[in-house]
Amino acid sequence: MTKTKIKRSSNTNIALLQEKQKLEHPQIVLTGQPNCGKSTLFNEVAGYKSAASNFPGATVTYTQSHVNLHGEIFDIVDLPGIYSLTSMDQAATESQRYLLTHQVDVIINVVDASTLSRSLELTLQLMDLEIPMVLCLNMIDEAERKGIQIDIDKLSNELGIPVVATVASHGQGVRDLFRSAFATVNQPSPARHIRGNRDVELVIAKLTRQLKKDVGESIPFSIHLLATKLLEGDQTFIDIIQKMHPHILPIVEKSARALAQTHGKPAHEVINAERHAMSMSLFEKVATFKKPKIQLRDRVDDVLMHSFWGYLIMAGLLYLFFHTVFSVGALLETPILNFFEGLKATLLGSINPDSLIYHLLSSAIEGIAGGVAIVLPYLLPFLAGLAFLEDVGYLPRVAFLMDAFMHRVGLHGTAVIPAVLGYGCNVPAVMATRILSSSRDRYIAAVIATLVPCAARMTIIFGLVGVYLGGTAAFGIYVLNFLVIVLSAGIMSRLLPEETPGMVLEIPVYHWPSMRSLVNKTWFRLKEFIVIAWPLLIGGSVLLALADAYGWSPALDQLTRPVTWLLGLPKEVGMTLLFGILRKELSMLMLFQALGTRDVITVLSWGQILVFTIFVVFYVPCVATIGALIRQLRARRAFIIVVLTFILALILALLTRGFVFLIG
Amino acid sequence: MRRHRHNHSQALTLDQIKSGETVWVESIQGGWGCCQRFNQMGIHAGDPITVKRNGVLGGPILIQVHGSEVALGRGMARHITVALQKILNDT
Repeated sequence: MTKTKIKRSSNTNIALLQEKQKLEHPQIVLTGQPNCGKSTLFNEVAGYKSAASNFPGATVTYTQSHVNLHGEIFDIVDLPGIYSLTSMDQAATESQRYLLTHQVDVIINVVDASTLSRSLELTLQLMDLEIPMVLCLNMIDEAERKGIQIDIDKLSNELGIPVVATVASHGQGVRDLFRSAFATVNQPSPARHIRGNRDVELVIAKLTRQLKKDVGESIPFSIHLLATKLLEGDQTFIDIIQKMHPHILPIVEKSARALAQTHGKPAHEVINAERHAMSMSLFEKVATFKKPKIQLRDRVDDVLMHSFWGYLIMAGLLYLFFHTVFSVGALLETPILNFFEGLKATLLGSINPDSLIYHLLSSAIEGIAGGVAIVLPYLLPFLAGLAFLEDVGYLPRVAFLMDAFMHRVGLHGTAVIPAVLGYGCNVPAVMATRILSSSRDRYIAAVIATLVPCAARMTIIFGLVGVYLGGTAAFGIYVLNFLVIVLSAGIMSRLLPEETPGMVLEIPVYHWPSMRSLVNKTWFRLKEFIVIAWPLLIGGSVLLALADAYGWSPALDQLTRPVTWLLGLPKEVGMTLLFGILRKELSMLMLFQALGTRDVITVLSWGQILVFTIFVVFYVPCVATIGALIRQLRARRAFIIVVLTFILALILALLTRGFVFLIG
Repeated sequence: MRRHRHNHSQALTLDQIKSGETVWVESIQGGWGCCQRFNQMGIHAGDPITVKRNGVLGGPILIQVHGSEVALGRGMARHITVALQKILNDT
């Protein structure tokens, strides 16, 4: 395994028609429904690359890794989980586009064996792509526990493709799976064409013939798939035909009408029902049933999703979570800081403390110390804890519990998931808004996600308010933040009074997370901080020392003076606010630099500390988050969010200043 | 074959079903997107659904369909009309 790339496919539907690039190594693509264990499988072979979790929509864009497995070299791509190949939401559109536009030598269709009957519907659509394919019956142990016995050979015969049973979380069957995938690259077995009712097939066949005649040359993918998707009313394919061969559309409409007339329901329902019937009959052919084993975890939801106990436990869990993070962080912070103080004294003892070199080295060490002592002790337990909650499968339960509440602010339960992720980092949170199906819901959810104080802002809340004003005040900021979020979401949904489509969310079974997946995910997210934030932190520290030495900082401080003046903060603070836009945690670390002391209370009053923290918690999202917002919502909406959060932060900080003045 | 149907003046919808009961989907009342979302989760006309949890007013309901559990907002559940007995297709 070497490098990994996260790419984004192009936005135009016409891209589907372009020539595919020929790549050096076989391209193995993992695809399947959410929660089927795709990312776990990917992690098993690719290492620290893709983040798996136990909620739908975990894979943000596709993740690619170059793998050397037992001497065979190949590229492996993990696509976002999709329930069907119809472009319903962003994840499906992205997966669909990838499969149609990139070189794909073999598809590994990963299936949760315990939900085989439903999963086969996607399998049938994937087979329509006419790309060599292997079916991976993952979580086969889960199926057996549910009393479902699957005849693997029979399933393989029925579909005409290799079928391999695996338990990816234990690495079981993974080697066989890839061996089989390789064999398929070199010698693809012809997939069976599984067809449904005669009258439906006749309509599809007729349309297929027509399409072959009229557009056959210009379409580089399966015409049968095109015909089916056109009948299903898939917008992506309709757009293509609209642009390229508009005269086909009336023919499609006529076929769709014919289907609707004979079946008494719209064509898309006819096709879906047909595929469902085929999957069910396949499933019944290959599966035998026994009595399921009832385990403790089947009863857990009686309590965790209970309409009283569920909420109590959720509140308790969240409290315990933050409490643990804070106490672990506080426990580690002081000894680490002391260590670096000692280090600095020994290293720089012989250098003249007035020289420029002393300032540069000392600020560099402080930058390193800031990263290690302040960010890591809080971040590591936090990210590990969040990864655990995700992998266990608790987040969809939170969505269920919060649905009624979220309706009050004009959203539905699913929107809770990006919000909760936001407490870790706003970037994946903004990306996770893709699991919502309406663009208005995604907009509001993205605003919520950016207002949620991420782990970096958590270090500021704990590091300043927590240390100088106490834990209760720190908790108070979280409560205030929560109220502001509720209010903002409420106002936004009043301004965008479109009805939310409502929640349809799979609740996966609880899984004891594999250590590997937990470590991978925590590392994956921690790496972002180490690779991006730390150099910025050290660089920023040094820059600040230079700015001081050469007298640049007054200019920057002057630039931000209107804000600092308004908030009653010393002008040296101005520059730290600018740094905070790069990375939030820089605000506090730079504050230490700018004020020339770690003991902030000697320079700022407690009121000023509070005003500063409130402003930093709410103002302008960091650069990375702005990037994610632009990708997810486009520049205009991202810009609106930036301006609004700035105004919001200003108002809240001014109110805080007034409040501090009053209780003086 | 005979077709069993309940003679309600108003169609019975999924949100009215109590916890623990099993019903059969009669139809999905909704547009393209709505149908697709239900179909993706394995909910189609004729399928059996067991309501696992139908709690407080306005809250979502939890159902079991084809071996997986799905949470549906109450408004979404209203789109699904159901029958208390298996519907036998006469085609």
